[in-house]
Amino acid sequence: MTATAPRANTTAAAVRRTGARRGRGAPYAFLAPAAVLFALFFALPIGYAIWLSLHKVEVKGLGLGKGARSEVWAGPANYTDALTDPELLDGALRVLGYGAIVVPTMLGLALLFALMLDAERVRLASVTRLAIFLPYAVPGVIAALLWGFLYLPDVSPFFYLLDALGLPQPDLLDGGPLFLSLSNIAVWGGTGFNMIVIYTSLRSIPAEVYEAARLDGCSQLQIALRVKIPMVAPSLVLTFFFSIIATLQVFAEPTTLKPLTNSVSTTWSPLMKVYQDAFGNGDLHAAAATAVIIAVVTLVLSFGFLRAAGSRDQQGDPR
Amino acid sequence: MTSVTARTSAPAAGTTPGAAQAPPPTAGRPPLRRRIALLPTAALLLGAAYCLLPVAWVVVAATKSGRELFSTFTFLPGTGFTRNIADLHAYRDGIYWRWMGNSAFYAGFGALLSTAVSAVSGYALALYRFPGREAVFKVLLAGVLMPPVILAVPQYLLLAKADLTDSYLSVLLPLLLSPYGVYLARIYAAAAVPADVVEAARMDGAGEWRVFTRIGVPMMVPGLVTIFLFQFVAVWNNFLLPYIMLGDDEKFPMTLGLYTLLAQGSNTPALYTLVITGALLALLPLIALFLFIQRFWSLDLLSGAVKS
Repeated sequence: MTATAPRANTTAAAVRRTGARRGRGAPYAFLAPAAVLFALFFALPIGYAIWLSLHKVEVKGLGLGKGARSEVWAGPANYTDALTDPELLDGALRVLGYGAIVVPTMLGLALLFALMLDAERVRLASVTRLAIFLPYAVPGVIAALLWGFLYLPDVSPFFYLLDALGLPQPDLLDGGPLFLSLSNIAVWGGTGFNMIVIYTSLRSIPAEVYEAARLDGCSQLQIALRVKIPMVAPSLVLTFFFSIIATLQVFAEPTTLKPLTNSVSTTWSPLMKVYQDAFGNGDLHAAAATAVIIAVVTLVLSFGFLRAAGSRDQQGDPR
Repeated sequence: MTSVTARTSAPAAGTTPGAAQAPPPTAGRPPLRRRIALLPTAALLLGAAYCLLPVAWVVVAATKSGRELFSTFTFLPGTGFTRNIADLHAYRDGIYWRWMGNSAFYAGFGALLSTAVSAVSGYALALYRFPGREAVFKVLLAGVLMPPVILAVPQYLLLAKADLTDSYLSVLLPLLLSPYGVYLARIYAAAAVPADVVEAARMDGAGEWRVFTRIGVPMMVPGLVTIFLFQFVAVWNNFLLPYIMLGDDEKFPMTLGLYTLLAQGSNTPALYTLVITGALLALLPLIALFLFIQRFWSLDLLSGAVKS
């Protein structure tokens, strides 16, 4: 063993060197499928959307025959049209209100449940974890459909209860309650997923950290507030982030509730307006402009948020 | 709240130092283990009840005939379950099962391919240092943030130019690259595949691809199962893409099929019972999948891998 060791070391070093040289192209080869897919289904469509948003259809004569309709440069016209469109503004405001209810409620519950799952001597943790996570597996359409029926006075147990107690019965599919109803669907569907993300990061905290905190005389509550929450802050940032994005993109739920109520218009959320412009009104250029605006707003918000979170992390970092 | 937490945790705080001093830790411990943390357990049970409520409702509602649905108490089981199933089966020559099969195909096949792409990309991002790595990661992040609609509308138009809209491929192809899946794979790979093990395999003369398939993939399996599950659910739940891409209801996934049923139901309420029964049957495969996958669920494995 001792005799061969030096030789083995040198060959190992040699192999490592050739391995490194040989492996230099490997990461690029590994990333090739993702790169091709990205180019075809992300970069190209985005480029095309931007191109569309800067053009418009010009109709010559009666618009009949070949070449009568051509796409010409429109400059920022589609954007000014979209930005001054009251429907888009209303949709954006509705989604903001909706997000202001959904995101804090959902993440608050997710964090609470994650901490409870991680607490000591909790019973039924795996069963309840699965139950709370379950709605994540329910498609938004089906979730909206189930809750939609539960909002109907003839079907819902809530109305049965209210009726039995002699309380007034609100219309859950109109006006202010509609926001709460839609928010509830999102909270119901999203809490479990976010709980799992936070819980995963809780579980990856080394046990020694708790031991240390306990030796310092921290109670469970103090450990949760002063150790656990700060240590899972990155995953809270992550979940916040994804929740905002998901909220801005709300589409399936209001679309599904539409058949059940007249209060959800075809342009209830900005994305629904994009769909309506593109396929309802056939105005692809206006749809593209609106879509680009939504994307830009999303990206600016996200990167701004990430930067703010990142700089705060760096300030906290002793280095 | 504070009082309960303080009560249950006070003895723990008292005994742990004793347990930390190694010799006989068993003396005072077993009774404490059996004590239940009431408040967290109660909170979790409430959460579980809230999450199961609509599921419980749909189970009961699916047993009701069309008349019972609007007339009897919500949680009173009805008498029409077999009739509802038969009606659903007969509706448009059993198109419901076709939707179910389509969903399984889109989700199963799509998730499998997408997991493979995520695995190889995430592995590359986690275990190699190469020029452009940060750029790739930033682009990936931008991809995660990109609203699907800004993608879906031009994707539709571009696929229309390639004459691919209203086909299975039109729903499958755009979903193959999941930036979020790659992101997760990167995290799992960084946590579960130790760089020194990879280095050791290289020293033994294994090529990069071989290192990935023989060392990387087996170590990443728990994470990959999770990514597969996430992708499966994402595709199964997807509504926007098939809504935009498909016109022929023979190719519809479950979500879109049920949506069209519900939309028609506003004119013909008889369809409501079909929608409800259909929703219940659509939930069953995923619930089964979740229960089945529980044992492969990587959370505990993941945290174990992080600790070791």
